[in-house]
Amino acid sequence: MYPYYTRFRPEDDERFWFYNSMHFPEPVSAFDSIGQEMPYTAMGAVTTRIFAFPAALGIDYRVHNGRVYITANAVTDPKEIEKRAAIFQERGGYYYANWSELYAGWVERMKSLIKEVDAIEVPELPEFEDIAVVREAKGVAQNHYVLERFHRLIEAYSTMWHHHFEFLMLGYGAYVVFFQFCKKAFPEIPDQTVARMVAGIDVLMFRPDDELKKLAGLAVELKIDDKFAEGIDPKDTLAAVAQAGARGRKWLDALEKAREPWFNISLGDGLYHHHRSWNDDLTVPLSALPRYIAQIRRGESLARPTEQLKRERARIVSEYKELLPSGEEKAAFDQMLGLCHVVFPFVENHKFYCDHWFVSRFYNKVREFGALLAREGLLESAEDVFHLQHTEITRALLDVMIAWAAGSKPAGGPHWKPIVATRKRILEALKGWDAPPALGPMPEAIEDPAVQMLWGITTETLEKWSRPPDKLKENELQGFAASPGCVEGVARVVLTVNEIGQIREGEILVCPVTAPSWGPVFGKIKAAVSDIGGTMSHAAIVAREYGLPAVVGTGQATKRIKTGQRVRVDGNLGLVTILA
Amino acid sequence: MTAPSSVKWFDEIALADRPTVGGKGASLGELTRAGIRVPPGFVIPVATFERFLGAIDPAGRIRASIAALEGRDLNALSETAAEVRERIINADLPEHVAEDIARAYRTIARAEGEVPVAVRSSATSEDSADASFAGLQDTYLWIRGEQAVIEHVRKCWASLYNTESVTYRHRLKLPEEQVAMAVVVQRMALARTAGVMFTRSPTTGDRSTIVIEGAWGLGSCLVSGEVTPDRYVVSKVTGEIVARTISRKLVRHVPDLVRGGTCAEPLPDELQGEPCLSDEEVGELAATAKRIERHYGSAQDIEWAIADARGASALWLLQSRPETVWSAREDEPIARPKATPFDHVLAVLGHRES
Repeated sequence: MYPYYTRFRPEDDERFWFYNSMHFPEPVSAFDSIGQEMPYTAMGAVTTRIFAFPAALGIDYRVHNGRVYITANAVTDPKEIEKRAAIFQERGGYYYANWSELYAGWVERMKSLIKEVDAIEVPELPEFEDIAVVREAKGVAQNHYVLERFHRLIEAYSTMWHHHFEFLMLGYGAYVVFFQFCKKAFPEIPDQTVARMVAGIDVLMFRPDDELKKLAGLAVELKIDDKFAEGIDPKDTLAAVAQAGARGRKWLDALEKAREPWFNISLGDGLYHHHRSWNDDLTVPLSALPRYIAQIRRGESLARPTEQLKRERARIVSEYKELLPSGEEKAAFDQMLGLCHVVFPFVENHKFYCDHWFVSRFYNKVREFGALLAREGLLESAEDVFHLQHTEITRALLDVMIAWAAGSKPAGGPHWKPIVATRKRILEALKGWDAPPALGPMPEAIEDPAVQMLWGITTETLEKWSRPPDKLKENELQGFAASPGCVEGVARVVLTVNEIGQIREGEILVCPVTAPSWGPVFGKIKAAVSDIGGTMSHAAIVAREYGLPAVVGTGQATKRIKTGQRVRVDGNLGLVTILA
Repeated sequence: MTAPSSVKWFDEIALADRPTVGGKGASLGELTRAGIRVPPGFVIPVATFERFLGAIDPAGRIRASIAALEGRDLNALSETAAEVRERIINADLPEHVAEDIARAYRTIARAEGEVPVAVRSSATSEDSADASFAGLQDTYLWIRGEQAVIEHVRKCWASLYNTESVTYRHRLKLPEEQVAMAVVVQRMALARTAGVMFTRSPTTGDRSTIVIEGAWGLGSCLVSGEVTPDRYVVSKVTGEIVARTISRKLVRHVPDLVRGGTCAEPLPDELQGEPCLSDEEVGELAATAKRIERHYGSAQDIEWAIADARGASALWLLQSRPETVWSAREDEPIARPKATPFDHVLAVLGHRES
């Protein structure tokens, strides 16, 4: 089901592994294991081979019972660190020095990569080749392109991940330095406060939600706002709008415009094939409209108070700076924070280009290949393609190509269909497995900037894991304080993104991992609680923007809290209390 | 109103008046003038004590006799000191002094009758010696009525001639003619909750953190260590409560209405585990701490009380002293600017820190 190199090996017992439940909260399907293969291939290449991060190599991963365990490889030999530091100085220095210019080029590269994927056509395999093949002496038949285009798709996916990490590890490096400085200067400063100083205000991740708000405004302006109500099938809503004549058409045109590219936003992190985008399923975006429309009717402003957020950030930054005792420290603070602000747009925005826009297009393209395999009788349905590894898809496509050329039938139906059926059963069974957060001996310190910043796993976390649980009361859960404030309310436990339609106004969201693309949901809820995530996780950032209390990284909120229970979420202390 | 000549109101006093009103009086005056809510009160300055001493002992024999006791045995010293105290307690006050104090007390009390006040000695000695020296002199809490106030002012003056105070001065070779005392008279706040707060974390020295400790009742139970206080850590910048520890508080101090002063009483069960402050009160305390620190331009340790008056809570600041432990440390800067911002990344990730 998974490639051989993802299995634990005997010598792995000596190493420390932690469950990457932030990115892989559910068991992964055979195809989705490409979502470890390519990212870790690219991430390690960036740290180990391209920039030569002095003390951090790449990440090894293993898949056990469908769960992804990872470990960061560190360089410990001081001589080796020194040697790598010299290389890093030149290479990292070049990127930091030319960051904005290189980032502008990166955006162009990503846009053309997405265009490239969009342009990939799955060949039709006609009865006879087009006459052009003869007239233009092409000398190559369509079945050749089946494999060529599938490989192009996989290569584009690999390229995307290389781009994804190209700047990211350097960006996290800047964050780590500033976080460490703040923790030394202000030993009791909460992580979320440091994060607030770092965070930018105008980031792409808010754009899809902003587009929705504009659409709500337009609906009111065109007086078609009565067409939108909660719990209506998107198809019916759109049909009702279409019947509103010219005004309806005007709104639908605006919707089409907004959808490209802004609705290419995954409901998850883009690492599972079933994380569909707003474009694939309009339920999430359309269900947010009635609320926005009601707010507009009441005369409330929907615009994010960006100017106020900017002023507040500037105030926090300047007050912390003023608290530093010496001019030297103030100058160093400016340099470190300045660097964070340089890298922030990439660190935040890459998600939209890579994990959302590109990945939603990629999975849909894989679906088209799945449709081909289903048409040719190798699979029951196009969706079943996600139960094959990408190398197995290559083989199945070869089967199709051979049969088409031979004028016979592919052999794959009886071969692949039972495999898919078994894997579906296995995946279902694996969902019930309670994955331990960490395996193997604890390391002394965590070096990898991504592990620290993204997973929130620091040397302190290790200490926490190795200690018996704190003297928490039975009805309490401890997590990271991600966004300040304290509220009580009714919990809604949402295990997979497909359930987010159930969330009702004023509830407290409890989920395995909070995804920023649930933007509209954040407008509805009172507070957010997640099993996993750090202070700089996107959910934490969104919650702070929406002014909602949030506690992330509780480890077990979805297991211990039941929908309908009253809970108190204290985003200052990172404490969740089950009240009844 | 114009201040009577023998007393000075808090709002007429600034920090620079320390030599004439003592450390405590100067600090309360400074806070009052900065617009901080301090329970109203006045100081009987050093000059009034000097006038009094001059009136009962024009030839300066008292001071001379005390100075002459240096090195003498303890019995002789105790005897002479007791005689001096006796004189101070019984001698007539100079013209207007008693009336001035009484009138000032009536001003504090307004129409409320015999309101309780604290009568405290306010020493004029230097910072370093202040804490230990002040401890040797008397503080009287929950004093009611004009005559009682005047009586306790005399007791404060007399406490300059406690055996312990005199020996202490002799040991430190403090010249007797420079020994003087001011007395603070201040309205008592009947605290529902009281405590201390630090504008710099006492545990880590964090400058961005305000630590608030409080318990039910009067603040004396914190000083005496009878109660483990509730503890709040508040960010000075964002105002957020970063940590809170609610402890089990078994007793509280209340005014002793029979004997004066304070006494401990057991707390009802339902209050023991309850936070002694609301989040709003924590916020108000932190904001006040920040203001006081800004006013002085240095980290402060602050005493406060919250009184429940007619259903509304009122915050009172009782005392503010400069923080001395962390401020005395001279640390190396934790970072210095580098040629380029990237050099900081290189230093940290390359393990090349300074």
